Amino acid sequence: MTKADLVDIIFGKVGLSKIESQNIIEMIFDTIKATLVEGESVKVSGFGTFNVKKKNARRGRNPKTGDELQITPRRVITFRASNHFKDMIEKTDA
Amino acid sequence: MTKSVLIDKVAERVEGLTRKQTEIIVETVFDGIKEALAKGEKIEIRGFGNFRLKQRKPRKARNPKTGEGVDVPAKRVLHFKVGKALRDALNAQ
Repeated sequence: MTKADLVDIIFGKVGLSKIESQNIIEMIFDTIKATLVEGESVKVSGFGTFNVKKKNARRGRNPKTGDELQITPRRVITFRASNHFKDMIEKTDA
Repeated sequence: MTKSVLIDKVAERVEGLTRKQTEIIVETVFDGIKEALAKGEKIEIRGFGNFRLKQRKPRKARNPKTGEGVDVPAKRVLHFKVGKALRDALNAQ
């Protein structure tokens, strides 16, 4: 499933045109992104929580060459599915 | 940010859409993602990230309190991989 499929799902739902549907899908994900970039977590009840975590600098190794290198400090996103969503997934057998 | 704040912000930014309509859309989007994943489908939101299911093998674990062995059955877990655009934006400074 891609953004185009999400557009199809909401298209016609509340009388939106295709273009408007596309815009709103972009806007939903842009708003979540902008919030995360500001360092704030996003909690979507019934779905899950996106958190921003800070990682300190550490020494790593290039697994291909074995060279040691410094890994720069960075921010990463973690996602935790809500309990309802987790239960739904555990039952999946695809 | 909670879902209701997300709905407020999206409703503000889209002309001609009421809050109620925006709420229906936001709920429909997340329900749609959930349903597709529950069917075993992979979700790719370009610039944001991908959601997919990973299979965990059954394993033997131990109750740390009693030391008793317990069988943990095979299960599926959700995996989110952040997209390149978002990863770059997070580490732009």
